[in-house]
Amino acid sequence: MSASAATVLSASTDLRFRYAVHLGDTSLILAQRLGEWVGHAPALEEDLALANIALDLLGQARYLLSYAGEIEGKGRTEDDLAFLRDPSDFTNLALVEQPNVDFGHTIVRQFLIDAWQLELFECLQGSSEPRLAELAAKALKETRYHYRFSSGWMVRLGDGTEESHKRVQDGLDSLWKFTSEFFAPGAVDEEAAAAGLGPDPASLRAAWAANVEQVLTEATLKKPADVSYRWFGKRNQHSEHLSHLLAEMQFMQRTYPGVQW
Amino acid sequence: MYTQGLDSLGADCLHQATDAVTLEQRFQSKVDEDERIEPKDWMPDAYRQTLIRQISQHAHSEIVGMLPEGNWITRAPSLRRKAVLIAKVQDEGGHGMYLYSAAETLGISRDELLEQLLAGTAKYSSIFNYPTPTWADVGAIGWLVDGAAIMNQIPICRCSYGPYARAMVRICKEESFHQRQGFEIMMTLARGTPEQHRMAQDALNRWWWPSIMMFGPNDATSKHTAQSMRWKIKRFSNDELRQKFIDITVPQAEFLGLKVPDPDLRWDEATQHYIHGPIDWKEFEEVLKGNGPCNRERLETRRRAHDDGRWVREAALAHAEKQRARETQAA
Ligand SMILES: [Fe+2]
Ligand SMILES: [Fe+2]
Repeated sequence: MSASAATVLSASTDLRFRYAVHLGDTSLILAQRLGEWVGHAPALEEDLALANIALDLLGQARYLLSYAGEIEGKGRTEDDLAFLRDPSDFTNLALVEQPNVDFGHTIVRQFLIDAWQLELFECLQGSSEPRLAELAAKALKETRYHYRFSSGWMVRLGDGTEESHKRVQDGLDSLWKFTSEFFAPGAVDEEAAAAGLGPDPASLRAAWAANVEQVLTEATLKKPADVSYRWFGKRNQHSEHLSHLLAEMQFMQRTYPGVQW
Repeated sequence: MYTQGLDSLGADCLHQATDAVTLEQRFQSKVDEDERIEPKDWMPDAYRQTLIRQISQHAHSEIVGMLPEGNWITRAPSLRRKAVLIAKVQDEGGHGMYLYSAAETLGISRDELLEQLLAGTAKYSSIFNYPTPTWADVGAIGWLVDGAAIMNQIPICRCSYGPYARAMVRICKEESFHQRQGFEIMMTLARGTPEQHRMAQDALNRWWWPSIMMFGPNDATSKHTAQSMRWKIKRFSNDELRQKFIDITVPQAEFLGLKVPDPDLRWDEATQHYIHGPIDWKEFEEVLKGNGPCNRERLETRRRAHDDGRWVREAALAHAEKQRARETQAA
C-alpha cells in the first residue's frame, strides 16, 4: 500500500471517529439533562415520558461512542469517551447543554432538537457507513415519538394559559440563537457530508424550518428573529454550563480512576 | 414493607360495617373461598378504607422512592449503570401509576391521594427517609429494599381485592429484576478495589436495620394483622415475613463477603432459622413520626415538583378546554 493511500484511510477513520463523537455527544448531553428531571416532573406521565426520551438518547450515545472507540482502535470504551474527556473535547450542539430552567425551556430545547434529529436521522439512513445507517433507522423511530411528545407540549403550553404562553415564548426567545449551529458550515458534520458519511447540515434547514413554523403557528408562538450567533459546540466552543454538567456526570470516574463499576 | 405504617392507622374504621350482616357474610364467604372481590362488588366500608390506605401508601412509597435513587442518575459511574438506573426509577414511577389506578377503583382520585401525601397526612415507607450518600446505596437499595418489598408483595399477588392483586403481579416481576440488578452492583463493589468493598460494607451497615424494619412492628405490638388476614389483604404476619427475608438475605451477604451489622445474629439449628438481635424500634418510631434524616427533604422535594408543575397542568387543562370549545363551535 502506498503512503498516500494509508493517509487517506487514516483520515477517513479519524473523520468517522469525530463525526460519531459529535452525534454521540449531542445525544449524551441531552440525555444527561433529561435525567435531571426524573422524579421531579410536573406529573407522573411526564416524568415517565422524559425518562423514556433520556433512555433513548442514552442508547444512541452508547452506540455511537462505542462505535467511535472501536474505529479509533486505541481501546477507548464508551465510558472512557463519556467520562474522561475534558469539556473542550466535546462536540455536542451547544443547545443541548443549556440548563433545564423549567418545563417550558426543557420542552422548547427538546422540540428544536427533535425537529432537527428527525431530518438528520432520515438522511443518515443513507450513510456510506453501514453502522451509522443502522443507528439512524432505529433513532428515527425513537425521534418520531420524541417529536410527538415535544411538539404536543409546545402547542399545549403555547396555546394554554397566559402564563404558559409567556414561559414557553421566553424559552424560545432565549434558546433560538443556538439553532443556527444546526445548519452552519465549517465543522465536522460538513466534512462528514463531503465524505458521504452524513447529510450536509445546511440541507436539513428547509424541512426543519417548515416543521417548526407549523408547530409554532399552532402554538400561537412567535418565531424569534434569526440572530448572528457563531459560538458552536460542534467547533468545541461551549457555554459555561457544559463544564458544570460534566463535573457532575464524570465525578465517579474522575474520583476513582481505572475502577470497574 | 411499603405499608408499614398501616397497622397504626386503620383502627377507627374497622368496626363500623356491622349493619349489612348478610351482605357481609356473603362477602366474607367469597373471600374465604379465595374468590376475588372486584370494584363493583359489595364490600364492607372498613375493607374499602383499609385497602385505600394500604394501596395509596404503597403508591406514595413508589413515588417518594424514586428520589433516593434518582439522586444518582446524573452521577452513575458508567453509561450502562446510568441507563439501568433511569429505567429502574422509571419503573417505580410506573408502579405508582398502576397502584393509584388500583386505588381509584375504590372511589378516590389520584389527585386526592396526592394531596394527602403532600399535606403530610398520608404515610409512605419510612425506608425512603434515609439518604443515599454513595453509589453503593443504589446497590444496597436494589438488593435489600426491593428484596424486602418483594417478600411483602408476593403474597399480595393473591390479595382478595382483584385490581390490587393484578397490579402486584406486574410489579413483582419488575421488583425481582431490580433486586437482581442491585445485588449485581453490590457484587461488583464487594469484589472490586478495597475502597469499593468499604463502600459496599458501609451501605450494608446503614441499610440493614432500616430494611428489616420495613416489615413493620413485631406481631405482639401489631394490632390489626388479624382483621387484614381474615380479609386476605395480608397473608403472613410481619415477623414471619421479616424472618423469611433474613433467612434469604444473610447467606447472600456472606456470598458477597460482607458482614451483616448484627453482632447477635446466629444460625439456629433447632428452628432452621437465623436469630437476629434486638431491633431499635425507637428509631423506627422516630422516622415514622417525621424525624428521620430525610423526611422533610423528601416531602419538600415532592411539593416543589408539584408546585413547579402547576402551571403546566393548568396549561394542559386550558388547552383541552379551548380545543373542546373550538370543536363545539365547528360542529
Ligand atoms: Fe416498585
Ligand atoms: Fe423496585
